[in-house]
Amino acid sequence: MTAVTLFGLCGAALVGLGLYGLIVLPGALRRIIAFNLLGSGVFLLFGVIARRGGGAIAGTGSDPVPQALIITGLVVAFAATALAVALLRRLLQETGRDDWDEAGEADR
Amino acid sequence: MDLSVMLDHLLAVGGNLLVLALMLPVASLMLAFALGGRHAERIALMTLPLGLAIAVAIAAAVLYGDAPLHTDLGGWAPPLGVALRADGLSAIMLLTTAVVMVAVGLFARADFQAPRGATETRASFAFWTLLLALWAALNAVFLGEDLFNLYVALELLTFAAIPLVCLDGRAPTLAAALRYLMFALLGSVLYLLGAALFYGAYGTLDIGQLAARIGGDDPLEPAALIAAALMTAGLAAKTALFPVHLWLPPAHAGAPAAASALLSALAVKASFFLILRIWFDVMPELLAQMAAQILAALGAAAILFGGVLALRQARLKMLIAYSTIAQLGYLFLVFPLVASPETASLAELRNAPGVWTGGVLQLVSHACAKAAMFMAAGLIAASLGHDRIQDLGGIGRALPMTLFAFGIAGLSLMGLPPSGGFMAKWLLLSAALQSGQWWWMLVILAGGLLTGAYLYRVLAPALFAQNPPPAPVKPVDRSREWVVLGLALISVLLGLVPLSAFSLIQIGRDVSGIGLP
Repeated sequence: MTAVTLFGLCGAALVGLGLYGLIVLPGALRRIIAFNLLGSGVFLLFGVIARRGGGAIAGTGSDPVPQALIITGLVVAFAATALAVALLRRLLQETGRDDWDEAGEADR
Repeated sequence: MDLSVMLDHLLAVGGNLLVLALMLPVASLMLAFALGGRHAERIALMTLPLGLAIAVAIAAAVLYGDAPLHTDLGGWAPPLGVALRADGLSAIMLLTTAVVMVAVGLFARADFQAPRGATETRASFAFWTLLLALWAALNAVFLGEDLFNLYVALELLTFAAIPLVCLDGRAPTLAAALRYLMFALLGSVLYLLGAALFYGAYGTLDIGQLAARIGGDDPLEPAALIAAALMTAGLAAKTALFPVHLWLPPAHAGAPAAASALLSALAVKASFFLILRIWFDVMPELLAQMAAQILAALGAAAILFGGVLALRQARLKMLIAYSTIAQLGYLFLVFPLVASPETASLAELRNAPGVWTGGVLQLVSHACAKAAMFMAAGLIAASLGHDRIQDLGGIGRALPMTLFAFGIAGLSLMGLPPSGGFMAKWLLLSAALQSGQWWWMLVILAGGLLTGAYLYRVLAPALFAQNPPPAPVKPVDRSREWVVLGLALISVLLGLVPLSAFSLIQIGRDVSGIGLP
């Protein structure tokens, strides 16, 4: 098994775990963490694709484009996490609950 | 000045217009953020006419030049650089966005004006900067040609939309925003995974190059199919397609009226626009046919489900939000009607692209009608202090103009003539009939009946109830009623425009070979 395959499988496993967590787990904080796991899996796949080469710049051993995309993606995922945690904190202050399911019911 | 000379000048500017359409809202956003206070509102209001002018200029240049506008940012060509492109469909989306933005901006002045004496309130500062951010993100989605660039645009859209939901900071809206955020993040990460697979398979993220490589002689990479499916699932979650619509009603109903109008009219359309692009601009025709049936089945479920749930809502804004789910369902019926083998085999249908026109009309007229409806509901709620449907009796006598605007916007949603919604649904109906897919006809008709029923629930007591209007009715600013009426009228007048005027949709869209460049 080559390193590329190994990392590819790791990425796929991370994506699977993250997706499972995001859909199934109760609790907003757990889902935020699951989202980050899922994101890490996707970034790892980008890395694998870069290592495999043969992308935008043909003939090079490794492709710099996906690496640039990973950095941008990390920034975006960080911002998303920060926004989610800030919202969750505010919700906790307002209601004392840390999930949206019960808090939303009051309105309906 | 001579019109054609002006248009020639416009064409000479060409692709730079696209850069301007992105730069203007971003520059205004930065300026509003830096200066703050009352300046945020002034800057946003000054940006509105400029943005509208740019959108009109782009549409005029595309129409007059009879070709899409295109520019490589910084002179770097794809696959290394990032391209912007505006075909006819993009131009229409930009124009719709600008019109709704202007109307909402004018409407929101009264709600988000910093009070006399204070320099700013948190809500006013946030609203005006977020309005500009939303505009920038929408323009980026409609102009983007690079899949990763589009991912960033989608995330910007999410980050601008989420705080709009919870502007008032109450616990239920915070919960709605958090739930919206989770769906949106799941959607964009699935989209990103799709983009990664596309890049891994074809070594480019540019939509044009991707389409050329996929349409080439080599058999389709299996990764491309998985990528397209993942992207579609992610984008469907952002468009609130049944069954991943759960986040939409509390989020859109809980937001302030002006914000609801922006979210329901525009924000959900951006991700739908990308689904269109993936299946018709990137993927081969045969696969689009298979995906079309699934998407349309979900759309049909959304029409029926959204309509029935709208009937059961106790609050006006919740009813309008469920109506959005149903109306978005109609958009997904475009897929099987454009991509059906029958359509493709009938020469006259291919060359008379009524389905595209119908779909785009539905999109544009829903954007105008739904923004008008949410703003009308906002006026009603501001005047009565609540929006419980059962207590709306007699409100028609207190706010005749608002109710009139609500009614004619409803006309367009129901699909009664003469209105943009009627033309849209009629074109979709006739395409369903001509391509032998009568079951979609039943769905369209049933959806129209349901829409009529839930709007009747609101309008009948409001207009015909004998009881006098509820006692404490606050007067409503007349100019705001005019804005709502204007937007509702646009959605109706679209139905009176001759269909040939919609040739703009076809520019840059090769109908004879759907999906192939």
